[in-house]
Amino acid sequence: MVDIRLAHSRQKPEKHESEELSNLVSPGNIITADTGFMRGHGTYMEDDKLYASVAGVVERVNKLICVKPLKTRYNGEVGDVVIGRIIEVQQRRWKVETHSKLDSVLMLSSVNLPGGELRRRSEEDEKMMRLYLKEGDLISAEVQSVFSDGSLSLHTRSLKYGKLGQGSLLHISPSLVKRRKTHFHNLPCGASIILGNNGYIWISPTVNEETDQTGGYEQNFEVYIYPVQRSDREVISRLRNCVLALAEHKMQLYDTSVLYTYEASLNFAVKDILKPEIMSEIIDSAQQRLEREGT
Amino acid sequence: MPLDDLENSDFVSFPDFFLQRMKIFREDGRGCEDYRHLEIETNVLSNTSGSSRVRLSNTDLLVGVKAELGDPAAEKPDRGKLEFFVDCSANAAPEFEGRGGEELATEISNMLARAYDCPRCLDLHKLSIIPGQQCWVLYIDILLLECGGNLFDAASIGVKAALHNTRIPTVTVSQDEGLMELEISDDPFDVQRLEVHSAPCIITVNKVGHSHVVDASHKEEECSLARLMMGVTSKGTITALRKEGSGSLDPSSLEDMMETGKRVGENLNKSLMNALIEDEHQQSSKKKPHGFLR
Repeated sequence: MVDIRLAHSRQKPEKHESEELSNLVSPGNIITADTGFMRGHGTYMEDDKLYASVAGVVERVNKLICVKPLKTRYNGEVGDVVIGRIIEVQQRRWKVETHSKLDSVLMLSSVNLPGGELRRRSEEDEKMMRLYLKEGDLISAEVQSVFSDGSLSLHTRSLKYGKLGQGSLLHISPSLVKRRKTHFHNLPCGASIILGNNGYIWISPTVNEETDQTGGYEQNFEVYIYPVQRSDREVISRLRNCVLALAEHKMQLYDTSVLYTYEASLNFAVKDILKPEIMSEIIDSAQQRLEREGT
Repeated sequence: MPLDDLENSDFVSFPDFFLQRMKIFREDGRGCEDYRHLEIETNVLSNTSGSSRVRLSNTDLLVGVKAELGDPAAEKPDRGKLEFFVDCSANAAPEFEGRGGEELATEISNMLARAYDCPRCLDLHKLSIIPGQQCWVLYIDILLLECGGNLFDAASIGVKAALHNTRIPTVTVSQDEGLMELEISDDPFDVQRLEVHSAPCIITVNKVGHSHVVDASHKEEECSLARLMMGVTSKGTITALRKEGSGSLDPSSLEDMMETGKRVGENLNKSLMNALIEDEHQQSSKKKPHGFLR
């Protein structure tokens, strides 16, 4: 099936007029000529006027004015949930790619090792590091601290964090992930989703709570022993396409928005979700439902 | 190691999930022979003879055709020439910085040149002006702007669309005391068009697990151990064939992949021609190019 479209038969999205537009700026826009404000991230001062240096939304906290960019690398904050990929095993630490400006580190001392939480990290453990996590592995983790240069130190000292097994990884803009109390969701449709603050989204089949929360260091990748059912795969693919659709329409991602989009998409085949006209239809109906009953 | 044994070995560890689900169901729910969302636009660059832009999901490229006068090749004095050149912009992938993209660029341009090196797919006689002395040389430049997998197919679609859009000024040859004189018309409507109906498109068939998939995304390409690229015309003729990747292929699956490629190629060429014809009808009413605005 090949479906070729022409660029100028593309429909222009209807303009939703909203108040939000008033605080949307592009680089070089004057935010204020008032001198009583402080210059925050994403802004610069010239001739006593405050300009935006990035395209995004103006945010004001008391006297401080910042512009939060729409398209950005991930700026980590302590406590954020992130998904990352191990890119290097080093002395007592792993280098992790988390879509921030600099690579993050995961110290050997900030992971849960098999066999007890409060165990001294011996030389043996150092030698075994590649056995726990090797290059290419995906992990979920929490930001423990931010170094002065902006790079992040991660930790996985909770059973919900750790190595990720089978599933699907998506990359979207970090500014689209809404900060919530929890970023781990077991959706009623039969899949789990981790909305990483760094814009990496992990969708996997829901696992049995009791048996599989081992911090993930003994994850089983043997798909021939634990195959993912076709129905699960369909759900995961549908969720993946829904998340992409939300990101394409610049909608905030959180459990409710993902779930409503998923439910709105059920009338369509999985592969059709990414077609522009069907995508906007799904997003429109999800958006209406969010406005009506969303939280 | 035969490819079919790979699945039972521990050679592939992390993409297992991927491979396994692809057998029946691809990551985005597509079937094995489905393409992703594909959008084309022609006549995007005013300073070329013909141009097109192709966006295939995340893959984005721009093609420009420039017709210039040149000398025909010695062994084919009565034909024009096609010169392919691919430029991998460092915007597309950080690896392309400096000379990083050169290898890929030559691969793509060689494959395109091979696919078009077939007397029946494009009538190069039309490009000849004075046999043995002057001919039109079409410089086809492809600029990769974003890589989202399946670059070869996207490039060939772009080339075909740009060639369809190409307008070459009419040349009149007059003989003046033994000296040939060329006069190139500068009337924008006094032009020649190229017949691209039988021009080939490249179809890449990837072997992933046990299935043969077309239009692989970047992730799927990473998981594929062997791929077969072929130039396929609208009639299903294979004009070029090339195997890539470290995996080996069984003769039977090779035939299977060729069949898949042929089938998909016929479909792709048909849809592309329909789209190009529709595009031409709209061209007159079109005000300005869409370009990169979304």
